[in-house]
Amino acid sequence: MTRLKTQKLMTDVLIVGGGTAGCYAALTIARHSKLKVTIAEKANIKRSGCLAAGVNAINAYIVDGKTPDFYADYATKDANGIVRRDLLLSAAKLFNSTTAELEKLGLVILKDENGKYVSRGNRNIKINGENIKPILAKAVKAEENISIINNLNITDLIVKNNRALGAVGFKTDENTAYEIYAKAVLIATGGASGLYKPNNPGFSRHKMWYPPFNTGAGYAMGIRSGAEMTSFEMRFIALRCKDTIAPTGTIAQGVGAKQVNSKGDVYETKYGLTTSERVYGTVEENRLGNGPCYLRTSVIDKSKDNDLLKAYLNMAPSQTLKWIESGKNPSEQDVEISGTEPYIVGGHTASGYWVNTNRETTINGLYAAGDVAGGCPQKYVTGAFAEGEIAALDIIRKYADAEIETYEEVFESKLGEYEKILGGSNEKFTAQSLEEAMQKVMDEYAGGISTGYSFNEKQLDLADEKIDKLITLADQLSAEDTYEMMYVYELRERLVVCKVLIAHLRARKETRWHTFNENLDYPDTDPNYFGYVNSKYENGKIDIIFRDIVQEAEYEHKN
Amino acid sequence: MSIRIDKQKCVGCFQCTAVCPGSLIRKSDTGKAYIKYPENCWGCVSCVKECRFGAIDFFLGADIGGVGSTMNVSYEGDIIHWNIHKYDGTQITIDVNSKDSNQY
Ligand SMILES: Cc1cc2nc3c(=O)[nH]c(=O)nc-3n(C[C@H](O)[C@H](O)[C@H](O)COP(=O)(O)OP(=O)(O)OC[C@H]3O[C@@H](n4cnc5c(N)ncnc54)[C@H](O)[C@@H]3O)c2cc1C
Ligand code: SF4
Ligand code: SF4
Repeated sequence: MTRLKTQKLMTDVLIVGGGTAGCYAALTIARHSKLKVTIAEKANIKRSGCLAAGVNAINAYIVDGKTPDFYADYATKDANGIVRRDLLLSAAKLFNSTTAELEKLGLVILKDENGKYVSRGNRNIKINGENIKPILAKAVKAEENISIINNLNITDLIVKNNRALGAVGFKTDENTAYEIYAKAVLIATGGASGLYKPNNPGFSRHKMWYPPFNTGAGYAMGIRSGAEMTSFEMRFIALRCKDTIAPTGTIAQGVGAKQVNSKGDVYETKYGLTTSERVYGTVEENRLGNGPCYLRTSVIDKSKDNDLLKAYLNMAPSQTLKWIESGKNPSEQDVEISGTEPYIVGGHTASGYWVNTNRETTINGLYAAGDVAGGCPQKYVTGAFAEGEIAALDIIRKYADAEIETYEEVFESKLGEYEKILGGSNEKFTAQSLEEAMQKVMDEYAGGISTGYSFNEKQLDLADEKIDKLITLADQLSAEDTYEMMYVYELRERLVVCKVLIAHLRARKETRWHTFNENLDYPDTDPNYFGYVNSKYENGKIDIIFRDIVQEAEYEHKN
Repeated sequence: MSIRIDKQKCVGCFQCTAVCPGSLIRKSDTGKAYIKYPENCWGCVSCVKECRFGAIDFFLGADIGGVGSTMNVSYEGDIIHWNIHKYDGTQITIDVNSKDSNQY
C-alpha cells in the first residue's frame, strides 16, 4: 500500500487552474481586496493552458466604431441564437479594458502612426502573443496575496448542501495529497480535448489544436457535484491547417485567403460563413470528391511571406517549420485545411457551466470563468480575462466575509481512492489503452472525423453503452506514481464529459449547427428547439433540462 | 510531434521540466533532462524557448509530413533567432523581434 503525505490548507479564494481566466481573476482579487488567493495548477502557470505557444491576435475586441451590442449580435448569429446575451454583453464591455491592462503588463499590440490599435476585420486586433502567458504569470507572481501551487492536479470539489467549500487533489511531482478549503472557489480549468480520435492518431497524437492537457477536469468535477451544465451538444470543430493543426485566422482574416477546393473553386460562399458552416463546407466538398480543400495563399504577394512565417513562429511554430521543410513559401503553395476532432470548449462555442450573470454556477460559492463556463461563445482570451474579472469582483462582494467550513469526509474517501490506484496493479488495461478505446467509440458512434461529424440515435445509444463499459474499466486502473495517476483521472474526467455530451446530443433532436451537431435522424433546424439544452447529474443519472432563451439583462438562478 | 534533447548540451538546469504544460520532461539518473512521454508532446515549444543552452530541438513527426528538419532558438536582446537546420544540411535563421507585433 502506497501511503501519501497529506497537506491541509485554508485560503480565502481557491482558484482551480492557473490559466488565462484563473490568473486574471487572481490579479483582480489581489488588486481589489485583501483576500488571500491560492492558485492550484496542474502544470506550471508560466506556460500552462491554451496560451502556452502564444496566440495570434486578440480575437474579441470592440474596434473603433463598433459596440458590445455589435459583438453580441455577431456571436448570437454565429451560434444560431443559442447564447446568453447577458453574458456576451457583460464580457464584451470588458474586452478593451482587459486588453489595456495586458498592454500595461507588457503585451505588444500593433499601432498605426496615430498610436491607434490596428484592427484585423471588425472584431480583432493584431498583437505579438508569443509571451502573453509569461507576462500574465509574472504579474501574478509579483502579488503578495497570491500563492501558487504548481503541479497540483485537482480531482474533486468539496461540496456540502450545494455550497462549494474547497477542493482536493494531489501533487504530480511528489507523494502528497491536498485538501484546500476556501470561502469561495473559482473553477478555470479550460475546456476538454482528447474526447474523440484526433486528426493525427499516431506518433503526433497530441498535435491537436486544443491543449491535450485540458481534459475537461472542471466540467467533470462540477457534473459529479451536481452543477448544471449547458449546451455540450454545441461541440466545437476547428478548421485548421492540415497536419500541424495550426490556426488559420492569420491567413484567412490576416491576408484574406479564400477557401477553395481542388478545382480552384471558392466554395465558402456556397455553404455560408458561420464558423460551423465553414467546417461543413469543407466536409461536403471532400464528400463530393472535390477535395482536398485549401486556403488560397498562392495568390498573395511574396512580400508577405516573411511576416507570415514570423507570425506563425509567435503562435504555431510547427506551421513555419512545415513551410520551410517543404521548400515553398505561403505565396508559392496553398495551405491544405481540415476540420479537427470535436472539442468541448466554452471560449469558442457555448458549452460549459450554467452560470448567472456574475459567473456563479448553480452551486453556491462556486464560480466558473473562461473556456469552462458556458453560454458565452467567441469570448476567447479577452473573454476569459473578462469573466475572471467579473467572477473575482462578485466573490469579493459576496463572500469576503463568509466563514471557511471544513468537511473531511470527502478528502478521506479521495485519499483512500488515490492510495488504492497507487497500490494496485492492472496488467490488462492502462489509461492510454482505455483512452484510445474511448476516442474510437466517440469517433465512430458520436460524430467524429470518420463519419464527417454526423451521427444518428442508434449510434448514440451504442456510444453510451460502450462508454459505460469503459467507465467500469477505468475504475480498475492502477498507476506507478502520482504523475501517472493524473493520467487515470484525466481519462475518468473525459469519460464523464463524454457521457454528458452524448446525453446532450441525444436531447437536441434537430440539426442546429452543421457538423457541431449533425443529427442524421433530424437533419433540419426545428424552431421547437430554439432554447438551451441543459443537464444535471443526480443520483447516478443525467437529467436533461430544457430552458427558454434568457431575455433579462441580469440573470439569477431560480431553482 | 516531439522534441529531442541533446545530452551533450544539456546542463541540467531543468527549466524545461518546470515549464512544460504537460510536465513531460524529467531528470535522468545522470542529471540530464529527457522527455519521458514523447508521444504526449503537444509541440508548443515552450521547453525549446526556455532552454538557454540550445539543447532542445523541435521536429515534425513523419505522420504529419516531417522529413527531419529541426528547430531551436537563441536570444540576443529582444531578438529571438529561430534556427532551422534543414534535413539537407542547410541552415535558415528567422529573426523575430519580441517588441514587434504580428503584421497579420
Ligand atoms: C492553440 C490556441 C490558439 C488560440 N488563439 C487565440 C487567439 O489568437 N486569440 C484569442 O483571442 N484566443 C485564442 N484562443 C482561445 C483562448 O486562448 C482561450 O479561449 C483562453 O485562453 C481560455 O482560457 P482559460 O483560462 O479558460 O483556459 P486555459 O488558459 O487553458 O487555462 C486552464 C488552466 O487550467 C489548468 N488545469 C486544467 N485542469 C486542471 C486540474 N485538474 N487541476 C489544476 N489545474 C488544471 C491548465 O493546466 C491550465 O493552466 C486560442 C486557443 C488555443 C487552444
Ligand atoms: S532547459 Fe536545456 S539545459 Fe536546462 S535541463 Fe532543459 S534541456 Fe537541459
Ligand atoms: S514542446 Fe511543449 S509539450 Fe512538448 S515537451 Fe516541450 S513544453 Fe512539453
